[in-house]
Amino acid sequence: MIEVEDLTVRFGGVVPIDDMTVTLSGGTCGLIGPNGAGKTTFFDVLSGFVRPAAGAVRAFGEDLLAIAPFRRARWGLRRTFQTEQVIADLSVYENVLLVHENTGAERATRRRDVLDAVAFVGLSDVADHRAGTLGVAQRRLVEVARAVVGKPRLVLLDEPAAGLPDDETERLGQLIRRIPEEIAAPVVLVDHDMSLVSACCATTAVLDFGKLIAAGTTAEVLRDEHVIRAYLGTEEDV
Amino acid sequence: MTAVGAVDTGDQARAAATGAGPGAGAGALQRAMRDPLRLIVGAALLAFVAFGLPALLDSFWLQIVTSVVIYSIVTLGLGLLIGRAGMVSLCQFLQLAMGAWVALRLDYATALPFPLLVLLAGLVTGVTGALIGLPALRLSGLYLALVTLMAAGAITVILRIAQFPNGGGGFFGNSAAGGASSRLPRPAIAHGDTAYFRYCVVVAALMFALAVWHVRGRPGRAWAAIRQSQITAVAAGVNTTFYRLWAFALASFMAGVAGGLLAAASGGVNINQFPVQNSILLFAVVLMGGVYRIGGAVVAALLLRLLPALLDEWGVSTELLTILFGIGILQVLLTAPGGLVEQVPKDLANLGRGLRRLVVPGDRAAGSGAGTGTGSATSEEPA
Repeated sequence: MIEVEDLTVRFGGVVPIDDMTVTLSGGTCGLIGPNGAGKTTFFDVLSGFVRPAAGAVRAFGEDLLAIAPFRRARWGLRRTFQTEQVIADLSVYENVLLVHENTGAERATRRRDVLDAVAFVGLSDVADHRAGTLGVAQRRLVEVARAVVGKPRLVLLDEPAAGLPDDETERLGQLIRRIPEEIAAPVVLVDHDMSLVSACCATTAVLDFGKLIAAGTTAEVLRDEHVIRAYLGTEEDV
Repeated sequence: MTAVGAVDTGDQARAAATGAGPGAGAGALQRAMRDPLRLIVGAALLAFVAFGLPALLDSFWLQIVTSVVIYSIVTLGLGLLIGRAGMVSLCQFLQLAMGAWVALRLDYATALPFPLLVLLAGLVTGVTGALIGLPALRLSGLYLALVTLMAAGAITVILRIAQFPNGGGGFFGNSAAGGASSRLPRPAIAHGDTAYFRYCVVVAALMFALAVWHVRGRPGRAWAAIRQSQITAVAAGVNTTFYRLWAFALASFMAGVAGGLLAAASGGVNINQFPVQNSILLFAVVLMGGVYRIGGAVVAALLLRLLPALLDEWGVSTELLTILFGIGILQVLLTAPGGLVEQVPKDLANLGRGLRRLVVPGDRAAGSGAGTGTGSATSEEPA
């Protein structure tokens, strides 16, 4: 459960997030919006890479913004990046191990936890391969494995399906749906692929130019005329 | 020295062969098999250096190789900093002076045994190194290089004010009668030059083990993440501030230990041995030796200490070195980022393949049958 209250981010004259108030509940929650709507900026605020001008974010009752950025992973925050960020020089196993050993997770079960996370995303066969030698789809999975290792409390996925072919996207969708069930962590999913979002997310919030324009169950939100207008434009706009 | 090169090449060739292996499982197995082999090769090499080498050398060359061993500890630390943590420092040469100074001062002031003096020299230098590394939290690249170069200048000023290394009793004592250079008394077990050489080899081996332990362990993984990108590391929970400073502290610790050893080497130390511009020379040889492999440190130390002595021996002006190193850096940056330690074995393997084709007709037929592109080893590269 994340409660965002009056969140505003300013970069000079640009306001990527403008007075956003939203509550993201458990399970998998979608966050959609056109390019430049402020989705990634919102993730960056949660991760601590962007300092908001105003507002508060409470996650499970705790003030997330008060935690130092690198300690947020220890708190249980995980994220993947729009442009995938696997560590090319490390093996798949080491990529996941890195997160486990830097987030204060139980040392005694380290090897098993890491192998479990690698198996969860189906990369056990290539666990000792250098991540830099993998293809795009597998690199995305390495990122997901890093996001689910060591008892996460909140998983942020930033366009995990970007650049993937349809069948890989579908398989990724199945994996994402398993995260709240098997890892017991809520997921916030940003993506442009509406079929992925509607397949994974029970609820969805829509951002447009930094403003929250709709939130609710995914089916409702996707029928909302504001949302359709934001995505497709209206005749006057064209 | 040729013997060293030959053994290295064999290991490299095997590494290359297993690296090209087909399956993941097989790769892991081969790696596990290779590790003890590497250990054995390494141990044999170490034994030869410690016991065989001194017998082959007169006292002058023994002095040179002793300093190669000592400087390899400095180049090791700087190589870790550049190659693993992705930061630069132009202060390491003065950190070496710092280590020598601390060891000498502690010796004037206390009755601590030699190993403890060397360890303390490393620790104190490590702390100053972490302080010098503070700007690295905000700066990188050229600006960081500039700041560390200024720190090197500052250390020089401090050492001159303190009349390095001349000293009377106590931590800050000063003796007007003292000479320009001072030598740390050697430990009882290593009084002679040969014994001291072996002592340095053992300390260097410990430092290399420390480096390997870091690279393969948690710090190495954290550095790999930081090198890739700051935000990736932070998102993975890596305390980037700590690991950056730790890299600086480790590199400086090694320089400090080397300084302690250098203070007890033949001739002792004096201030003129540590000009600031040598920091840049050190940086150059470390890049040329190769920063992505631990062994690059040895190559770097050979370039720094053995090559000038050899040129001198052959009557070639050592001024030429600056030009040679300039060309070397250019070549590393343009074509061989892995440095000599990676490139030379590759070249030798290619040469060997070429020679084999010339000597064995069957091989040549196979080679030409595969297509024109594989006619020579070098033309495979761009394909």
